[in-house]
Amino acid sequence: MSFLEYAPAPESTAVLNLRDQYGLFIDGEFVDGRGTPFQTISPATEARIATVSNANEADVADAVAAARRAYERTWSRMSGRDRGKYLFRIARLVQERARELAVAESLDNGKPIKESRDVDVPLVAAWFFYYAGWADKLDHAGLGANPRALGVAAQVIPWNFPLLMLAWKIAPALAAGNTVVLKPAETTPLTALIFAEILQQADLPAGVVNIITGAGDTGAALVSHEGVDKVAFTGSTGVGRAIAKQIAGTDKKATLELGGKAANIVFDDAPIDQAIEGIVNGIFFNQGHVCCAGSRLLVQENIHDEVVDRLKSRLSTLRLGDPLDKNTDIGAINSREQLERIRELSDVGVAEGAERWSAPCEIPENGFWYAPTIFTGVQTSSRIAREEIFGPVLSVLTFRTPAEAIAKANNTPYGLSAGIWSDKGSRILAVADQLRAGVIWANTFNRFDPASPFGGYKESGYGREGGRHGLAAYLAPASIGGQGALPRAASHGAVASPSETSTDAAAEPKARRTRATRTTKASTKGSKR
Amino acid sequence: MSRLAVPKTYKLYIGGAFPRSESGRTYEVLSASGGFLANAAKASRKDARDAVVAARAAVGGWAGATAYNRGQVLYRIAELLEGRRAQFVAEIEDAEGATRAAASAQVDEAIDRWVWYAGWADKFAQVTGNANPVAGPYFNISVPEPTGVVAIVAPQDTSLLGLVSAVAPALVAGNAVVVVASERFPLSAISLAEVLATSDVPKGVVNVLTGSPAEITPWLASHADVNAIDLVGASALDWVDLEISAADTLKRVLRPEQGPDAAAPALGRITAFTETKTVWHTKSMR
Repeated sequence: MSFLEYAPAPESTAVLNLRDQYGLFIDGEFVDGRGTPFQTISPATEARIATVSNANEADVADAVAAARRAYERTWSRMSGRDRGKYLFRIARLVQERARELAVAESLDNGKPIKESRDVDVPLVAAWFFYYAGWADKLDHAGLGANPRALGVAAQVIPWNFPLLMLAWKIAPALAAGNTVVLKPAETTPLTALIFAEILQQADLPAGVVNIITGAGDTGAALVSHEGVDKVAFTGSTGVGRAIAKQIAGTDKKATLELGGKAANIVFDDAPIDQAIEGIVNGIFFNQGHVCCAGSRLLVQENIHDEVVDRLKSRLSTLRLGDPLDKNTDIGAINSREQLERIRELSDVGVAEGAERWSAPCEIPENGFWYAPTIFTGVQTSSRIAREEIFGPVLSVLTFRTPAEAIAKANNTPYGLSAGIWSDKGSRILAVADQLRAGVIWANTFNRFDPASPFGGYKESGYGREGGRHGLAAYLAPASIGGQGALPRAASHGAVASPSETSTDAAAEPKARRTRATRTTKASTKGSKR
Repeated sequence: MSRLAVPKTYKLYIGGAFPRSESGRTYEVLSASGGFLANAAKASRKDARDAVVAARAAVGGWAGATAYNRGQVLYRIAELLEGRRAQFVAEIEDAEGATRAAASAQVDEAIDRWVWYAGWADKFAQVTGNANPVAGPYFNISVPEPTGVVAIVAPQDTSLLGLVSAVAPALVAGNAVVVVASERFPLSAISLAEVLATSDVPKGVVNVLTGSPAEITPWLASHADVNAIDLVGASALDWVDLEISAADTLKRVLRPEQGPDAAAPALGRITAFTETKTVWHTKSMR
């Protein structure tokens, strides 16, 4: 037994109290969906966990109607202080049931328990705790006095951080005074349904949060429902594009958190031990199922061989296997479909001339697995340098000068995140200025915090989540008249009040600004409410 | 003895130069009373694409200028416009049939809006940025940055004020602009381009197209190198289709506005064309 071998140390599933079947959580209660139910499985074993309801269009309509009622009768009338107290309660309940949520997350998603336990669930609690405090301080959110909630928020989240994405969506929406219909991903509904039980324990008024399960068509029905005022989506750029088209011409506001192909730039003066750990964390955290993953390693040419050698040696020590084992570093790929996409793109990398190296690790017989993989000799034009693989696959490219690093880093339609490794602070700040990405990590990677805005440039979407900016995405200024000037992606808040900006110089009578008259095409979309 | 006037040829403004439309097309611009004023250039798809190329080339320098510098450059536009006040008043009287008082008021307001936005250049980042108290040993800051190339359909019912109200805020953060002028009142837009060309605005930072917004705008809405589109003056166009087209590259979109005070001064018009960048940096004594 070498020093790397450990006895199995699986987290017990006894802490779970799962039901065999889950309904939709609508208006404070679990109800059966009218679509064909589906099963959620453990990607590590392919064993069934539970049967989950499938929301059809009528169910979506019920959920939106419940959210509308709760908005009008309860939530929009409640004081910010009381809304905040509900959110604080939820934060505490999440902390109290943290172990259960972590086990359920690792079971349903396949991520290592050390990540769900130490990253996902603590951040979920932190997110609710942070936004709870905002609920009675909205005047300071940057939109002037008395900003108003938008109404009903439709939220569609991905499978890579199921409960954490739920928290990113629900916490700011509720703090700002909106009500919510949330759809978790088809392959990872479990923790959202446990979260619904937490809402019952918190005695959150019925209908304020509704959770409906289903696949893409359920999400599409939700996003396009005319009773929805705000759409928040995290997922692929392809679906984000479709949503942007779907809601064009409507009054719906949108936050889109889409794909990425982040450059992780390593200069030759980088603190190399930390950089190696950072590169590993950047792309192999959560099996690489991270939209902001550092999937393109840009390493200065003179240290390329050293970095690659050390990476290979480090990756050879990673332990792949049972997500519930406390010693596991790399868990299961979330679904067969995703595994096939990773394999396909990886094969493309080989076909396009890059050299593939995979960590030597035993692949379990059942379940979906992919060994940590590095491609060297990757061309900037290669598909593995351009497309989001969303798996544990790193493409290594080189550069000689900072200018070349910046040009290569920005050579992508995406712009979500980037990393910089160097000991020289002035260079880090100058390079950070030039990178076209919404989140830059310097000498660290994949850090998240509820106080810190997160979101993309370019085709990585628009709007921000986290911090004051994330709150503003669920608010509008008090004056209705100013709404027309608001960006569709209302993430940055702050529209000056008319009194602040009016000038008396113009002799022309100033008509009070009214909302733009819609073309017939738009008005046929129907009236809301 | 009366003197024979020397009329001006109105052309496009692309990359700091004044080319005719590559298509060779022009259209008649008439006064409010129906008299001939000028033949304006009727920009084509190729002109629009040339303008985007010029704007893209200009973004880096303009965005990289200090905020203090951008503020001074924008303020200088107001200074130069003030000096040519009489020309713009006369142009607006002719084109819009406005009274002297109304035309003067429009020019004055346009000048004052340049001043207002100039003052924002080195302040909006302080108002919309943030130091973030994250739970860990990190320096964490969020700052607004320009979105990049912004296409604008100028408000169609004024010669100067609407145009300035839409263009000025997009410039504040460091974006470069391609603006489609009012179809009916294009002449002041080109006169403004002459002001820009003789001020300190770097070439390509503002590009002005005249012609048919209905013809030009779809090419801008679908252009992959345009980051955002302001449809403020597009209410008469099929703007929902434009928005759908813009979604292909996930452009930031501002919706049409109508009325004499469309694109009223607002900080939101600056931030609509910014991106929030958050930078994390480790803190350590070692």
